[in-house]
Amino acid sequence: MMILDLKKLKLRSVNERLQNIDRKNKRDFVISNPEGNHAICAGLTDNIDVTIKGHVGYYCAGMNQNANIIVDGNVGTGVAENMMSGKVHVKGNASQSAGATAHGGTLIIDGDASSRCGISMKGIDIIVKGSVGHMSAFMAQSGNLVVCGDAGEALGDSLYETDIYVKGKVKSLGADCEEKKMSKKHKTKLKELLKKAGSNIKPEQFKRYGSARKLYNFNIDNVSNY
Amino acid sequence: MCGIVGIYLKSKKFEKSLGAMLSKMLVSMESRGPDSAGFAIYNSDKNKTYKYSICLNEVSFEKFKKEMKKKVKFTNIEKNSDHVILKSIEKPNKILPILDSYEEISLVGYGKSIEIFKQVGSPSNVVKKFNLDDFSGTHAIGHTRMATESAITTDGSHPYSTGEDECLVHNGSLSNHNNLRRKLKKSGSKFSSDNDTEVAAGYISDSLKRRNLKKTLNKGLGDLDGFYTFIAGTHSGFAVLRDEIACKPAVIAETKDYVAISSEFQAMAHLPNVNNAKIFEPEPGIVYSWGK
Repeated sequence: MMILDLKKLKLRSVNERLQNIDRKNKRDFVISNPEGNHAICAGLTDNIDVTIKGHVGYYCAGMNQNANIIVDGNVGTGVAENMMSGKVHVKGNASQSAGATAHGGTLIIDGDASSRCGISMKGIDIIVKGSVGHMSAFMAQSGNLVVCGDAGEALGDSLYETDIYVKGKVKSLGADCEEKKMSKKHKTKLKELLKKAGSNIKPEQFKRYGSARKLYNFNIDNVSNY
Repeated sequence: MCGIVGIYLKSKKFEKSLGAMLSKMLVSMESRGPDSAGFAIYNSDKNKTYKYSICLNEVSFEKFKKEMKKKVKFTNIEKNSDHVILKSIEKPNKILPILDSYEEISLVGYGKSIEIFKQVGSPSNVVKKFNLDDFSGTHAIGHTRMATESAITTDGSHPYSTGEDECLVHNGSLSNHNNLRRKLKKSGSKFSSDNDTEVAAGYISDSLKRRNLKKTLNKGLGDLDGFYTFIAGTHSGFAVLRDEIACKPAVIAETKDYVAISSEFQAMAHLPNVNNAKIFEPEPGIVYSWGK
């Protein structure tokens, strides 16, 4: 295990090192003293383990591919934005736009995520053990958003094909988002997602929400919803 | 963009280092606001003296002091770079018209505990210029500005103070400030710039005449249209409010000794024991307040 201390090293050199892993190199890293810096672990492409000890700023683990990143603290705006694959585990809370536009991989947030969690997500699985803020899964296209707490206003507004599972209360649903039937297939999928996040909550306690598919094509009767 | 910061001390432990704490916060928010910076620091003297914070602009200190001696009874006048703190037991209704008639200077704030300093330039230069590190106090608010809707001038810098011991910093922009300014002017408020935040400050001061800070800000949710995270200070504490869409960031860290707020966590990373603080984002449309 290699310790990279951001009090001593420049953020850019730490990111460069993690982005250019030699096959023979160490594959297990700890970043200490992140002190709220932005873009820590952005653009990693290799199958390595990184633990960040402390709170980080914006766009942590952005564009991640393959890497397994743990943040032992809170994260700022846009954690794991545009992630392609790999896993990001946040032990604290996340700010807005967590997992935004991400195509794949898994994002686990132990605390709460604020507004716009999973905005425009395109295939990522997001599991939030706490609650999410307003406009979460806005224009979400594919993947799964699991919320073990409550969801804020306008959940799943202008939703495409993402499945949203919420255990607690939903303050309000956004345009074209509706409650859906929880079939066996969905229960199995949800169980698998919860297991990934180390949670043994029963899938039966959740409700599923999805797209009513009424806004897919322009329809003059829906003009107030666009 | 802009960066906003604030500290409210819950215990006396850090009163002497309040200036140094705020100074580091402001400097780390330079990336969000390199055009100008300013801060309001509250240090209540517990006597009847009023403190008038004045920016001299081009006027020399000696000339100003001489003129003031003729017109005002003051107990102390102290220069800090191009700003002056004038202390007097005379009430604002007597002093303010005198300062108002002196066109070359600008009054940046007044009250029994507030002192305000603001100037164009990078935050690191501004805090050095006014020796913020040496200040002590009970609570403080600061701002780093990236100018958008009005010019880079001292008048365009935050914090804005439009009432006794009141001040406001703002990250965002208001869209109905012209209408609101007209309305407030009709009911007697005065404004010194075209800035949107000054209107919000004037709105708060006007409303504080009739209701408390928390109720004022709750009413503001309906009357102020635009994007904002506000920190509004009074003699006893401060309150935080984000608009309901909440595009503008804010994070709060609370320990047993202090409450700190800033646009980004990195501004608080140096604060004592911050890694064990309760850290959370203020929810949109909800007023958070500390002190009375």
